[in-house]
Amino acid sequence: MRTENQKAWFFVLPVLALVAFNALVPMMTVVNYSVQETFGNNQFFWEGLGWFEQILRSDRFQAALGRQFLFTFLILIIEVPLGIIVALSMPRKGFWVPVCLVLMALPMLIPWNVVGSMWNIFTLPKIGLLGYFLNDVLGINYDMTQQPISAWITVIVMDVWHWTSLVVLLCYAGLVSIPDAYYQAAKIDGASPWSVFRYIQLPKMKTVLTIAVLLRFMDSFNIYTEPFVLTGGGPGNSTTLLSIDLVKIALGQFDLGPAAAMSLIYFAITLLVSWVFYTLMTKDDAE
Amino acid sequence: MKKRSLIPILYIAFLMLPIYWLVAMSFKTTNEILSGFSLFPQTFTLENYITIFTDPTWYWGYINSILYVTINTVLSVCVALPAAYAFSRYRFLGDKQLFFWLLTNRMAPAAVFALPFFQLYSSIGLFDTHLAVALAHTLFNVPLAVWILEGFMRGIPKELDETAYVDGYSFPRFFVTIFLPNIKAGVGVAAFFCFMFSWVEMLLAKTLTAVEAKPIAAVMTRTASSAGYELGLLAAAGTLTIIPGAIVIWFVRNYIARGFAMGRV
Repeated sequence: MRTENQKAWFFVLPVLALVAFNALVPMMTVVNYSVQETFGNNQFFWEGLGWFEQILRSDRFQAALGRQFLFTFLILIIEVPLGIIVALSMPRKGFWVPVCLVLMALPMLIPWNVVGSMWNIFTLPKIGLLGYFLNDVLGINYDMTQQPISAWITVIVMDVWHWTSLVVLLCYAGLVSIPDAYYQAAKIDGASPWSVFRYIQLPKMKTVLTIAVLLRFMDSFNIYTEPFVLTGGGPGNSTTLLSIDLVKIALGQFDLGPAAAMSLIYFAITLLVSWVFYTLMTKDDAE
Repeated sequence: MKKRSLIPILYIAFLMLPIYWLVAMSFKTTNEILSGFSLFPQTFTLENYITIFTDPTWYWGYINSILYVTINTVLSVCVALPAAYAFSRYRFLGDKQLFFWLLTNRMAPAAVFALPFFQLYSSIGLFDTHLAVALAHTLFNVPLAVWILEGFMRGIPKELDETAYVDGYSFPRFFVTIFLPNIKAGVGVAAFFCFMFSWVEMLLAKTLTAVEAKPIAAVMTRTASSAGYELGLLAAAGTLTIIPGAIVIWFVRNYIARGFAMGRV
């Protein structure tokens, strides 16, 4: 049991100072911009909640938000089951375990812009392995720069390639913590593979799965670099996810007010959904 | 049993294909790349790598990236250690709220922070320094390090602390000579994750630098857009960015699964 000790605050101070500097100052800047209008020359006018209203009503924001939710939903329903299946079929002991783990983790250690470039090179028609195979061997008309559907599929497959291993590694960590005795008992009882999964493996994976879903939600919702490098948000606006749109408004058009208001709305949505996951997680911890 | 091992094999093959393609491209000449499809490099060339290792803009990109990643990793782990200890051992006013607030910074979209960070670090004169990127990356790495270390520390029984006090150890001495060796796996994993997320992050690193501290990623984007479209060179540069990750991951291979679970298994 943890003991009550207010002096523990001193241990937390360095972290607090560092993160406060990094988080609070920029956050205040954003809040400041979000309620003001500027015409350059550092002149600002009070705008109230106008920007928020404008952003929330704008078709552009709603479309980007819709694409963002669709993207996150699709990658979650692909990556989570796929990750569980791969983790279940992995060997538990022996020489191949570390080799598998290292190979699987490798995509996650590649800089995000390189991931984008890599998939770009991989999918180029005529030149890329996948582009060549689809177009010239299978005869499927595939061109990411022209067809929104192809672009979407590529962005999704890229994310599955990039991040499914996170789910695999987390589930695997949960699976290896199950004592052999559980499996032996299940064998004696004549349990089917499904009931072993449902009543032994799944409950053991519950905590790690929540972490996996939480991390995948946060990261996919905030995704920027990989799809930006791969498609640039196109063709048209078809793969312009929230972050891409935000950077366009903030750093491209320099519309500080709307960008700031959009930032806050964006952050609030991420926070709200993550908070739900976090409460679920800590509820389990407490039990 | 055999049928079961097919799934991981297929999965790993799927992971390796684009990587193979990147590496294969890096050994091809620009002519070969543009002239059509070939599964293996026909005229094997090291030209692309030679360019990178002889051009200062290129190799300084790597050095800059490694510099700020290292500063960030050391800084993040050092400040996270005492904080994680406090969270794992004590209850104090606002501990839960503080912990969640730290985590919210891990949830913040980097795009939200790009512009304010640029203004903040420009105004304190740190723009275009390694320290600026390292500090900016602590935003998401410190919470992560605290989270991981707290998970590992929780697994160490409290009796260890109490025995040390009874034996007359001062707190700093206990922490360094007894406690740290017990959680060295956790420290390794936390350092690995800080390295990883700082190494792969692009948007902030690019926004906060111009010339002096430009990361490899920024050098790559510039090349991709300005010098024609030299795919071979781009592929070689990409291949080289995979190597540091591959090296550090080998050191933590036995802890990696537990690390991804934030020490909570």
